[in-house]
Amino acid sequence: MDQLAQQLINGLSLGSIYALIALGYTMVYGIIQLINFAHGDVYMVGAYVGFASMAILGLGVFESLALAMVTCMILGVVIERVAYKPLRNSTRIAVLITAIGVSLLLEYVMLYFVGAAVRSYPPLPDYFNAQFAVGGVVISAKSLIIIGVSVALMIGLQFIVQKTRIGKAMRAVSQDADAARLMGINVDNTISFTFALGSALAGAAGVLVGIYYNTINPLMGIMPGLKAFVAAVFGGIGLIPGALIGGYFIGVTETLVSGYFSSLLQDAVVFAILILVLIFKPAGLLGKNVREKV
Amino acid sequence: MPPIVRTLLTRGVPLLALYLVVLGLIGAGIIDAYWMATLALICVNIVLAVSLNLITGFTGQFSLGHAGFMAIGAYATAIISNAVAGPAGFLGGLLAGGVLAALVGFLIGLPTLRLRGDYLAIATLGMAEIIRVVFVNLDSVTNGAAGLTVTQNMDWNWFFVLTVGSVILIRNYLRSRQGRDAIAVREDEIAAESIGVDTTRAKVMSFTIGAFFGGLGGGMYASYFYFIKPDLFGFLKSIDILVIVVLGGLGSLSGSIIAAILLALISTLLQGFTEIRMILYALLLVVIMIFRPEGLMGSRELSLNVFSRLGRRRPALATAQAAPGASEAQGKGDER
Amino acid sequence: MSDILAVEGLTRNFGGLAAVSNVNLRLGTGELVGLIGPNGAGKTTVFNLLTGVYPPSAGTITFTRQDRGPVSIGGRRPYAICRAGVGRTFQNIRLFKDLTVLDNVVIALQQNRRYPLLSSFLRLPPFAKAEAEIHAESLELLRIMGLDAKAEELARNLPYGDQRHLEIARALATKPTLLLLDEPAAGMNPNETAQLTRLIARLRDEFALTILLIEHDMSLVMKICERIYVLDHGVVIASGTPAEVRANPKVIEAYLGEEA
Repeated sequence: MDQLAQQLINGLSLGSIYALIALGYTMVYGIIQLINFAHGDVYMVGAYVGFASMAILGLGVFESLALAMVTCMILGVVIERVAYKPLRNSTRIAVLITAIGVSLLLEYVMLYFVGAAVRSYPPLPDYFNAQFAVGGVVISAKSLIIIGVSVALMIGLQFIVQKTRIGKAMRAVSQDADAARLMGINVDNTISFTFALGSALAGAAGVLVGIYYNTINPLMGIMPGLKAFVAAVFGGIGLIPGALIGGYFIGVTETLVSGYFSSLLQDAVVFAILILVLIFKPAGLLGKNVREKV
Repeated sequence: MPPIVRTLLTRGVPLLALYLVVLGLIGAGIIDAYWMATLALICVNIVLAVSLNLITGFTGQFSLGHAGFMAIGAYATAIISNAVAGPAGFLGGLLAGGVLAALVGFLIGLPTLRLRGDYLAIATLGMAEIIRVVFVNLDSVTNGAAGLTVTQNMDWNWFFVLTVGSVILIRNYLRSRQGRDAIAVREDEIAAESIGVDTTRAKVMSFTIGAFFGGLGGGMYASYFYFIKPDLFGFLKSIDILVIVVLGGLGSLSGSIIAAILLALISTLLQGFTEIRMILYALLLVVIMIFRPEGLMGSRELSLNVFSRLGRRRPALATAQAAPGASEAQGKGDER
Repeated sequence: MSDILAVEGLTRNFGGLAAVSNVNLRLGTGELVGLIGPNGAGKTTVFNLLTGVYPPSAGTITFTRQDRGPVSIGGRRPYAICRAGVGRTFQNIRLFKDLTVLDNVVIALQQNRRYPLLSSFLRLPPFAKAEAEIHAESLELLRIMGLDAKAEELARNLPYGDQRHLEIARALATKPTLLLLDEPAAGMNPNETAQLTRLIARLRDEFALTILLIEHDMSLVMKICERIYVLDHGVVIASGTPAEVRANPKVIEAYLGEEA
């Protein structure tokens, strides 16, 4: 029982990180129906920015978090403007392949500059390493901080999407881009803003995963990126609450599988879940099926 | 001149010439072990790219899991040819690899091909990852992550036969009833269904056939490069194959062949600069998509038939005599 | 005269909205019937229900072929309905634009001419024989539609009127006994429409078809349709001969109401 509770806490930390990445996937998909494969690599860049900021600039954890978010925000917008915007009227396959190209580009440019070696994250302030025992369960401050930061960011996102003008514009464009344009919404800027938001969250997730696993490398974005995508699909792609549910579900499942069975199997289980979801409920947990208009 | 004789003359002669020239170059030592490896890579990549093109370029089903089929073929060939010596084990292994890959393709395709383009891409990606993880975990058979040494059975003769054979079979399929159904699905699934095309069947058939040849390509790879491990067949390998298909042109078999040759040469020349190679690859992908999304060849074909015009869509044998004026109409820009 | 198509209580809801509700239609064998109504009345939705693009929310669709007896086609997959003998065209032309004119027809026609996969791979005699027949028959169909000279052009390069003709040719190639035409004259000038009107009448006789057509061009509808159904807000508000429908106050109101 204690072990289960322990695994659940770990799962929630990991799930928070997946949920943060999944939010970016889902928002971008909601607005331009693109699986932004480069998103996982934006998250990787976030981890490196956080690393550099702590190890080289000597900034604190939360300043580094902010720096990573801003850097990734800019990166996300640049990627959107340079690589995706020229393809607004192309086939979906063309854009998807471009996204894969951007993803590879980020990975190997990073690999070129920092090398393939795994790096350890800089030592964290002491309070990160504090531990509380509740019953037989040991809760680390690290886990609580990861969960807390994630939840705070999600609340912030919810505020922006629901209460602000630009949030309304985002929702309008994802409903119907043409109609939104006719209503005077600047669709291009709204799309860029969506990328900015999503990428900032990915940047934050990058720093948090550095804290969680303590190691980073240039190809670290591939798997979590794919899994976050699975999370988004699981919850219903395009839906913000779906990404949250999916992220936590995948995080907890993965932790339980590696805790009770084998860590070698965790990836296979996640993808098996994906395939099952796609077969039985392709629109995801919260999604509705839509058919092409004839 | 009966058509079969004409086909032999126009297509068979250039192919035979190619075979003999390469054989001569190998005999003369001009193609040494180093270039032979490049040649082998080209042949494997042609089979892989042409089969993926069948799925993605011709049937319009976006697959990101071709390396998974390759892995199945590679491991089946490895295990069988290691157990049974001689050509029986080797050819049996290749065949078993293809059939197993086709079986997996069929089982995965049947439920997932109902999904729209990008969902299918993700499902196939997931499938390939699962296959990889299974091979890592099947220690007793596959030697896990450490990999497996394979008896080397491939030589230029086999490469020639298998590569040319695969391309011809896939081309024949595409120019048949079944292949045209697949192309109709790519063009407009709703219209295709409205004229009686069983779209699910057409998609599953193309996917299964593509998987078969993907498996065969994997087997060819294993039997020449004689060492395989699950990591060789990861996501990046699927992307590698996709790059060839996209660069050559979705829907052009000759495009895939040209791109396979081109990229193998580039990759051989850039050996030792792995990171640069991947950066160039990535840039190539993005730049092609932005500036020339149809790839080198678009959906046009380059014919081996030296008498036919370059880039013509297809020989219109039946129509030329039947309809006066049709032969001029083949030319481009014939608007009245 | 026996009914080839009997539709009873056909209903389709999208979300809470009833796009089509409780529609009853009957088509006698060999009839040429019009389905008219203001924009958004649900005409194309009826076609989509008849051809399996959407399953009906309620109601039955019974299709009868002299040689096969009545079958229920409501909710079956589109290709199965097509194979049962129902052909259609689309309001927004859906040709295989990057294929040749000939291939557009060949793909439809080959559905009735099967040969095994192995023949395809190895180019065995059944392949060659069937292919020759398929191509000859397709060209013949193109000739009837006046498109044979353009057989090798890409469908996308055809003038608009020819594209509409090609869609009809493609539908005919599936050997239907019931043909559904969705606004065949849309975008045509009066001269072309008059030609099309004659063509539709001719095709019905030559191919022994029953035709149901959606059309906005009243000159075409009034000239060739023997009976007309009028749909408004998803409901059949009138039916009868062209003269009856024209005099029906409900119909006038539906149309004028739309313009006002």
